[in-house]
Amino acid sequence: MSVLFPHPLLSLALTTMWLLLTSPSLGNLILGSIIATIAGQIVSRLHLPRPQIRRFGMLIHLALIVGLDIIRSNIAVTGIILGGPDMADRRSDFVELELRLKDRNALALLAIIVTATPGTAWLEYDPVSSKLLIHVLDLVDADEFRALIQDRYETALMEIFE
Amino acid sequence: MSALILTIALTYAQLALAAALVLACARIMRGPRAQDRVLAMDTLYVNAMLLILVLGMRNGSVFFFEAAAIIAVLGFVTTVSLAKFLLRGEVIE
Amino acid sequence: MSHLGDLPMWAAVPIAFFLILGSTLALLGSLGLVRMRQFYQRLHAPTLNTSWGTASVILASMLMFSVLDTRPILHELVIGVFVMITTPISLLLLGLAALRRDRVKDSPDLTDLARTRRITGRDPADPAETAPED
Repeated sequence: MSVLFPHPLLSLALTTMWLLLTSPSLGNLILGSIIATIAGQIVSRLHLPRPQIRRFGMLIHLALIVGLDIIRSNIAVTGIILGGPDMADRRSDFVELELRLKDRNALALLAIIVTATPGTAWLEYDPVSSKLLIHVLDLVDADEFRALIQDRYETALMEIFE
Repeated sequence: MSALILTIALTYAQLALAAALVLACARIMRGPRAQDRVLAMDTLYVNAMLLILVLGMRNGSVFFFEAAAIIAVLGFVTTVSLAKFLLRGEVIE
Repeated sequence: MSHLGDLPMWAAVPIAFFLILGSTLALLGSLGLVRMRQFYQRLHAPTLNTSWGTASVILASMLMFSVLDTRPILHELVIGVFVMITTPISLLLLGLAALRRDRVKDSPDLTDLARTRRITGRDPADPAETAPED
C-alpha cells in the first residue's frame, strides 16, 4: 500500500481535483487515479519529509480558528486602508519571535496561516536560532502579538504534528 | 426582479474590478522599486482572474472558468520566478 | 441576459451580496497598494484580494451555476484552493527578496531590528543539504 501510494493524501487530493475539473464518471475516476498514483511516485523521489498528522480533529479545529481570524483581520485591514497612510505608519512594525516548532511541514503550515491572514506577513525564518521576523500592519502590543501567535497557532500545530 | 438585482450587482462588480486593475497598473508604473512592481503585478493577475470569473457569470458560460484557472496558474509562476530573481539574480541595483 | 431571470429570488440575493462583497474587497486591496507609503505595508494589501475577495466571488459563481444547472458545480473550488495555497508562497518569497535587497541598499523602511538580524547558518535538517546528488 505504502509502496503504491507513498503520499496517500496527495493522491486523494489529486483524484478529487481531476474529478472536479472534468465531469464525474467511471472513466475519469480511473484516469484520475492513474495520474494521482504516478504523481505520488514522482513526489516520493524528491525525498520530502512526510507529514505525520497525529490528530485530524485538531486540524479541523485549527482550520475553523484560522477561517474566523481571516474574516476578523479582513475587517481590521479594511479599516487601516480606509484610515489612510498616516494610520498605517503609526501602527505597523516588525516583530521578532522565537518558535518552538521544529517540524518542517508544521512550519510550512504556520507560514501559510500567517501570510494568508491579512495584516501579518512572514518575512524571514532562521532555522538555527529558530527566530522568525514578521511584519504586522496593525500592531497594538508586540508582546501580546507574540503570545497570540504562540498560544493560538503554534501550540495547536505542535499537537497536530509532534 | 432577480434579473435586475443581478444585473446591478454584476455591473458594480465589473466596474469595481476594472478600477482595481487601474489602481494596480498605477502602482506598476509608479514603482518605485522592483519589488513594488512585482507585488502590483501579482495583484493585477488576481484582479484579472476575478474579472474573468464575473464575466463568465454575466454570460452564463462555464468556459470562462478555464481562462480564470490558467490566469491564476500563470500569475503564480510569474510572481514566484520574479521574486526568486530578485532574491538571487540582481543583488544591487 | 435570459439566464439571470431564471434564477429564483432566494439565490439572486446571496449571489449579488457575495459579488458586491468580493469586488469591493478587491478594490480596497488595490487601493491599499496605491495608498500605503512603505513596501512592507503594501505587502498586506493584496491579501484582501486573495482571501475573502476571491472566496466570495467564487462562492457567488458556484451558487449561480449550481442553481442554473440544478446540480452542484464545484470546480471553482479548485481555483479557490489554488489561490489560497499559492498566495502565501509568492508573498513570502517577495517579502524575503525585499528584505534582503533593502539590507543591501540600507533602506530607511527597515527598523534596526530588521536591519541587524543575521541568518546564522544553514538548516541541518534541510533535505537539500543532505540528499545525494543523483
